Amino acid sequence: MNAVPPISDFRASAIGDDDPAGAAAVRIDGLSKTFSKAAGPVLDDVSLTIRRGEIHGIIGRSGAGKSTLVRCINLLERPSAGRVFVSGREITSLRGRALRTARRDIGMIFQHFNVLSSKTVAGNVALPFKVAGLPRAEIARRIPPLLELVGLAHKADAYPSELSGGQKQRVGIARALALDPSVLLCDEATSALDPETTEQILALLRDINRQLGLTIVLITHEMQVLRDIATRVAVLDHGRLVEEGATFDVLAFPKSAVARSFLSGLVAHELPPPVAARLLPEPVADSDPVLRIVFTGDAAHDPIVADLVSHFQIVPNILHGRIDYVGDRPLGVLTLVAGDAGKRLPAVLSRLASFGLFVEVIGHAVRSAVTRRHGAAV
Amino acid sequence: MPFDLLSPAVTALLFESLKQTAYMVSIAALVSTALGLPLGVLLVVTSPGHILPLPIFNRILGTAVNLVRSTPFIILMVAIIPFTRVIAGSSVGTSAAVVPLTVAITPLFARLAETAMREVDRGLIEAAEAIGASPLQIIVRVIIPEALPSIVAGQTVALVSLIGYSAMAGTVGGGGLGDLGVRFGYQRFMPEVMLAVVIVLVAIVQSVQLLGDAAARAVNHRIARGKRSTS
Repeated sequence: MNAVPPISDFRASAIGDDDPAGAAAVRIDGLSKTFSKAAGPVLDDVSLTIRRGEIHGIIGRSGAGKSTLVRCINLLERPSAGRVFVSGREITSLRGRALRTARRDIGMIFQHFNVLSSKTVAGNVALPFKVAGLPRAEIARRIPPLLELVGLAHKADAYPSELSGGQKQRVGIARALALDPSVLLCDEATSALDPETTEQILALLRDINRQLGLTIVLITHEMQVLRDIATRVAVLDHGRLVEEGATFDVLAFPKSAVARSFLSGLVAHELPPPVAARLLPEPVADSDPVLRIVFTGDAAHDPIVADLVSHFQIVPNILHGRIDYVGDRPLGVLTLVAGDAGKRLPAVLSRLASFGLFVEVIGHAVRSAVTRRHGAAV
Repeated sequence: MPFDLLSPAVTALLFESLKQTAYMVSIAALVSTALGLPLGVLLVVTSPGHILPLPIFNRILGTAVNLVRSTPFIILMVAIIPFTRVIAGSSVGTSAAVVPLTVAITPLFARLAETAMREVDRGLIEAAEAIGASPLQIIVRVIIPEALPSIVAGQTVALVSLIGYSAMAGTVGGGGLGDLGVRFGYQRFMPEVMLAVVIVLVAIVQSVQLLGDAAARAVNHRIARGKRSTS
């Protein structure tokens, strides 16, 4: 008899190839998909493990293959190569009735909601039960709690044409949750909604994730959606997985250019082009170093600019910056010219590092007239 | 009232013809719906990229449908006399006329139903696939209910065509209003009979259209009721 490992071990142990503990809700293994030879692969050898209970975001530009990836999880799209496991069971080997039964364990919601216009809200939510062959009385008993969960109890007899976009998506969510799946796939589920409704739907998904422990795979092209809800993020570009990690880490320290560009509206990783164009790669006689400082956690609250001024008498000139919150953790990026830092640069860097900040010199800027005047005065 | 112009004998003939038309049209409509809807479903679901792709079967079925649809009804009626004899036991009479009427209208209704069902959003079908629905469940629970308003509208069009075709049933001794109009109104120079026939046919077609529109509206939930009445 194998002892059941304690829950804390699930996360700690790397999920290996055979995933004996079943800690992976979804495991994608070497997935490729080619629609036409001429166009090249839409997905190119993607491997990804989604842990039980996580909200795993997948982000990419349109055409990056993210929709195809999520559709390969329930085989709405059959991959050209590779395997997909859901709750430890290989989906990609299933066909016909076995596949249909397996799909009941995977809920899915869509960008355009895909609710039946011919059925009431209750009728739409009843569909999965009817498909699964539940008796009428049982269906009638199961619908009200689902409508309660998504906040549509008062709309049971309404037709979708009488509902707003957000309410239609709630119908979609209730329908997806009806058969008590272990994974919920969200295919751009908030992309057709206004920002306020998006927030409400994301809040609902987060509640469902917490209440039911449901694993959620969420694809989007909006980083903000992931910042608000995802525990982990995968970045897809041209069909390849270019980055994967905890949301905060990806936001704070994006490794790929694609991730950085996605973050530009959210975290000030990249300088606006006109400013970036003025940076010099190497110092010249009349230049100052440009520092990019990443604040995470408590350091975001420290008055570091004031400290630089008082401690080193340097003249910081802020080029770009922003502080945001990921969950409840502050994340800020500040790009500044350490005016007149000169030989004290190593000391400046080590002092900033001692505050727990991440600092790098990203270039050099020719001294402005103001800095020059100030420098002369010192 | 046009009947005041007609002799009692002709009035009786008119009612007899109306009954024959009603009989031919209703039987042909029922049978062509029963056959045409599944045919339409097959034309949709077996097409490439749909839920049960069978391209060769689809091509053959489509060609057969087009073959019947491109044959003028008057020719079709005569051409399938041997088949009519097998089904109806005779090649003449009202019952015999039902056979060519059904054969002619079934492909038309099938095409109209096909068009209606093809319009059903792929997303809805995928949503049903995602909850584990089988092809049959998708047809019965998604495609047909979603296309129903358009199917009913198509049915109305087919029914009106069917009434028109039924006027030619006299060729095989089927009787009916069209036959009355030709034999009495035209061949016996009785313009009042012709007028009466035309008025009755117009009234029937109008009623069918009105009922069809009402039925299509009743099953249509694509537009919010409240919005339509306030606008």
